[in-house]
Amino acid sequence: MSDHAHSTVGLAHHFDDLEQQKESGTLGMWAFLITEVLFFGGLFGAYAVYRSSYPDAFMRASAQLDVNLGGINTIVLIVSSLTMALAVYAAQKGSKGGIIAGLVGTWVFGAAFLVVKYFEYKHKWEHHLIPGPNFLFPDAHGVGQHGTPEQLYFALYFAMTGMHAFHMIIGLVILVWMMKKARRGDFTVHNYALVENFGLYWHFVDIVWIFLFPLLYLIGAHSGTPGAPH
Amino acid sequence: MSSTVLSPSAKASPSSPEGERKTFLNADYGWKSWLFTVDHKRIAVLYLISIMVFFLIGGTFALLMRAELLTAKGDLFEAETYNKLFTMHGVVMIFFFLVPSIPAVLGNFLVPIMVGTKDLAFPKINLLSWYIYIVGGAATLFVAITGGIDTGWTFYAPYSSTYANTNVAGTAVAVFITGFSSILTGLNFIVTIHKMRAPGMTWFRMPLFLWAQYATSLIMVLGTPVLAITIVLLGLERVFHIGIFDPALGGDPVLFQHLFWFYSHPAVYIMILPGMGVISEIIACFSKKRMFGYHFIAFSSLAIAIFGFVVWGHHMFVSGQSAYASFVFSFLTMLVAIPSAVKVFNWTATLYKGQVSLETPMLYALGFIGLFTIGGLTGVFLAVMGLDRHVHDTYFVVAHFHYVMVGGMVMAFMGGMHFWWSKMFGRKYPEWIAQFSSVVVFVGFNFTFFPQFLLGYMGMPRRYHQYNAEFEVLNVLSSAGASILGTGFLMTICYFIWSLKWGQVAERNPWGAKGLEWERAPSPPPTFNFEDGERIVVTEDAYAYTHEEPHGGSLQEARK
Repeated sequence: MSDHAHSTVGLAHHFDDLEQQKESGTLGMWAFLITEVLFFGGLFGAYAVYRSSYPDAFMRASAQLDVNLGGINTIVLIVSSLTMALAVYAAQKGSKGGIIAGLVGTWVFGAAFLVVKYFEYKHKWEHHLIPGPNFLFPDAHGVGQHGTPEQLYFALYFAMTGMHAFHMIIGLVILVWMMKKARRGDFTVHNYALVENFGLYWHFVDIVWIFLFPLLYLIGAHSGTPGAPH
Repeated sequence: MSSTVLSPSAKASPSSPEGERKTFLNADYGWKSWLFTVDHKRIAVLYLISIMVFFLIGGTFALLMRAELLTAKGDLFEAETYNKLFTMHGVVMIFFFLVPSIPAVLGNFLVPIMVGTKDLAFPKINLLSWYIYIVGGAATLFVAITGGIDTGWTFYAPYSSTYANTNVAGTAVAVFITGFSSILTGLNFIVTIHKMRAPGMTWFRMPLFLWAQYATSLIMVLGTPVLAITIVLLGLERVFHIGIFDPALGGDPVLFQHLFWFYSHPAVYIMILPGMGVISEIIACFSKKRMFGYHFIAFSSLAIAIFGFVVWGHHMFVSGQSAYASFVFSFLTMLVAIPSAVKVFNWTATLYKGQVSLETPMLYALGFIGLFTIGGLTGVFLAVMGLDRHVHDTYFVVAHFHYVMVGGMVMAFMGGMHFWWSKMFGRKYPEWIAQFSSVVVFVGFNFTFFPQFLLGYMGMPRRYHQYNAEFEVLNVLSSAGASILGTGFLMTICYFIWSLKWGQVAERNPWGAKGLEWERAPSPPPTFNFEDGERIVVTEDAYAYTHEEPHGGSLQEARK
């Protein structure tokens, strides 16, 4: 403790010691994550309402997604959470190289996720599955129909995965900034709260996807609807 | 310890020779030192100036509406213009005045001082919140100048998402942006109150203002994100027509109402809880008594914050939601009356046998208690499903929420500004004229809004620019009252500005009040709030007024 108390490198003017600064930062991040839970909560609420109104349409629409790509992305994201956790571990041990390696790994897997997501979105664009005037969903005879309840599914799909991807992009930007700080040697055994708090954020974004994947991809996997990409 | 340190410095505080002692106001000069400041007190002043601009804009919209309603015929504005006026009045007053008023001005200034620390936990985020507010405000002004919006501040779909021909998307962006300023303020307060309290400042030694700010911050942090995502969905629907709130495409407009009120009902408590905190401070100080039922008042703030989240359906009794849902929402809404009444009873019990003096802050506080009680009790009327069906969308509702918002929050804001004005700027406002204008405000307020209860009960609907001739007399009363009310506010703004230069220099503790901001911080405080090197250690409860019984002691003392 005395060791902590004497170290004032990186201590902001209004805190008594690094301990208080770290605790404040952590609590602030948790409070922020609660706002994020409620932000996504609105979307999950809308999803629950419309899925209970149109269960069959949601299954048919879900069957249009590529479960394999979604599954690969799930694994990619979980691995990126692992590398993030390793970065925090390295920060606790004071290993500068370990922090950088962890952050770079997180960035690479995060970017890979977005690349896969790009190809998924492109596929939807080509198949008229973007909600709006050009939306067409094949009916039982394979003829495209406007304004069906499946459009609601895709509106939610794009809103939810889009918001999720937006959070990933912000995360990637912050990661670059943190790599710079890590290279400068800003993180020490006593002062690595930023790495830890960003880790919380990254895991949160990961967990959102863990909920999105089954709700969006898996509900139609066994419907056997024509057009399902198996 | 706290009181012993205080006495020498309190008298010897070199506040009289100006320009010598460094305060947060003269620590630095130039626009950069203000626009890039991270000092919570300077940010509070920035917020004060900006919310006053929006208060005047919103007030102008209100006066234009009252001018139209002076006569039964629609002779001043087109119906469409009138629709824009009440929408802009609501949007500006709610998102840009009431929500930030007490938290962002008085809260920003006082929370760090009251907990005994140098600044909020995240000073840069605090400054960021002001910039976000300014960007959102600028977007709103842009919408107002380029044609306005006519959906009502509630933005009900599908009118807002599909049919309205005004700038809904622009307003949605503005409100979305401003929401983050409120989230960041709330987050800052929560962390500061949890982690930055001075040694000895336990939870139950905190002034009740802090409890109220804490409860408010919880609502800001939990409610505002839901408004944000609702606005995002509304914007997507508006721009891309994805069908999410459009019944023609399978969407459900009532879902919009649920999502909207999930934030906007708790937001109503953002617009009253901080005021209740101010009133607690004022009542204790001007009764020179310990707060009666401190713990009850503290917990009733939290109870209001919690109940506030489960009552939103009472806005939707006529929306077609299930009757069983309405029944539950009606019951829960009535429960809110309990913590509200706990506060009112405890304030009045504090007044009982106190050394009550009637300076301006106290006049506003007493006005608050009466007006808030009327506003709150009519809220219970509206929670009754049968009566709500009768007065839904009438002036009864308008009168009810103005009694809470203006009669409650604005009175508390005015009381708080008078109470802490000398602390903020080191100058006293002129007491006599302030007392006079507080009476003007009180009279003007009641003339404006009491007739609206009667109008609503008689069946006059809200949001119309013309009405039946039988309602004219009461509307004339209301418009006349509005002009008195506006005069009262203008007088206040004038003498506040006047006092900045010519007001009497204030000593450290002009009211003889308890609390760190009065006993330990000079007026105005230096950048780090307390004298250099002074370490704040709190050794006594809040409101430790040593009350001498005015009439020779209480019965129990007499028996001894």
